[in-house]
Amino acid sequence: MNSKFQTVFGSLRDYTKGELQIIDDDPKNYAFSNVFDVAGKSAPYEKVVVAINLGYVLETLRAEGTSAWYAAAHDEFAIVMDGDVEVELLKLDAPDSVVPPNTRGSVLAGERPAGRKMGTVRCQRGHQVLLPKGAAYRFKAYKPGVILMQTVEGKLSVQKWRDICYT
Amino acid sequence: MVQAASSVDVKASPASNQTGYRSFQLGSFGFSRDEYFVHIGWQANGQKLSHTISADAFLRAMMRDVAWGFFYGWVNFDPVIGTRNLYGKVEFYAGKYHPSYKSKGLDLTETFDSREIMATFKAILDDWTNEGFDPFAAPDETGKGWLGKKNGNNRAAIERQRQACKRMPGLPGDAELRADDNGYPVNRAFADVPQDEPQIKAEPGFENEVHAFNLFKYLSRSDVTWNPSVSSVLERSLCCPTTEEYILPIKHGNDRVEWFVQLSDEIEWEIENKNTGAPRAKVIMKAGDVAAMPADIRHQGYSKKRSMLLVWENATPELPQLYESGKLKPYPVEF
Repeated sequence: MNSKFQTVFGSLRDYTKGELQIIDDDPKNYAFSNVFDVAGKSAPYEKVVVAINLGYVLETLRAEGTSAWYAAAHDEFAIVMDGDVEVELLKLDAPDSVVPPNTRGSVLAGERPAGRKMGTVRCQRGHQVLLPKGAAYRFKAYKPGVILMQTVEGKLSVQKWRDICYT
Repeated sequence: MVQAASSVDVKASPASNQTGYRSFQLGSFGFSRDEYFVHIGWQANGQKLSHTISADAFLRAMMRDVAWGFFYGWVNFDPVIGTRNLYGKVEFYAGKYHPSYKSKGLDLTETFDSREIMATFKAILDDWTNEGFDPFAAPDETGKGWLGKKNGNNRAAIERQRQACKRMPGLPGDAELRADDNGYPVNRAFADVPQDEPQIKAEPGFENEVHAFNLFKYLSRSDVTWNPSVSSVLERSLCCPTTEEYILPIKHGNDRVEWFVQLSDEIEWEIENKNTGAPRAKVIMKAGDVAAMPADIRHQGYSKKRSMLLVWENATPELPQLYESGKLKPYPVEF
């Protein structure tokens, strides 16, 4: 589609970081990072926290290959920022035994969690998928990509602010 | 004259013979407009004071305040006037956060029941927004109908409802997705944004649980600027994406930390001290950038091309008090 406007999205291969111009402040106050930069330096499916607000987090995941199975005791949401990612969903037979009800954040759900196939969602850039409570899920990336997850800080969350932020 | 609006009294004058506009009274504050300007009047320290704002800027600012339900914290229309949300009550102030007015005792703040100030603001917007002017639109998209004497209205524009999902748009019983046939064509500035949808293959019985949509397509069809919708809800964690063009019509003063994820293009944020307006930083965000907006700042964004911004909020009700009392630091993380 032709347009006089050009919308600029980022990708693992092509992104430009913004900048902080400090006048009377501490750059750390802004915890400024970039999801493509973070994913470029991360191990596949490492859950790197890029935003945190009293236990709630946004995590950046480098999507590469097939992930482990995950589950959470609450909904989660994933936005594919770059790449071609299939999400496989499984309705857990015994969700409370995989992830106890008060657990915060996602947990590993085992190599072959017991449950019924719910379906798959194939996502490209900009697509958002619901990872519902009571389900296990895993990602399969057809090429390296980037996922932004809305979730809760959990045991798998990785905080390495000094490595990812302007200081 | 007292005009009834939404079961709350609004104090409004008859229409001016000269301009056609009504004047309004909110507590001790007077609001009037003429062909070009809005005038806000008050008294402090035995002195009569007035403040003047271009009518288009005023209407854009007031439109956000109304649409956001006074939002989180402070909505500064400009360096002199604005509102502070006390959640159930709302302060309207003049000069309170301006060093000169404040130091000379020329500031005034009054607190109103939220319904009263909302009814007054809606009545002002209704009366002062002329046909052909959309306060939600970018300047390139709307006319100069805000100029001149009263000329009709634009209720279709100013009565838009903010689109907030309960869980995620497109789920049964939740907010609708945007499409041509429900009045959301692709915006001119996002004509190059792919309109494909995720390929969903749901097993029988799971059609309503396996769910996905194209968020960037959804945003490309937003008909407003600087007006966040809600696109996913995880308890108190709200993703509030929005499309931005030209200048954020207000300076938002935070009562909690919020976070921005720049999804496309670029926004420049001017960051100021929340109480004095003194410059603190400029944050230039490009696609993929993530930045916190601390709880002790006010900020205003500039977007030279319509861009997509994910505003991430924590709606926990206790947060303003936790920051105000110092129990929480104004920044989100120490490292």
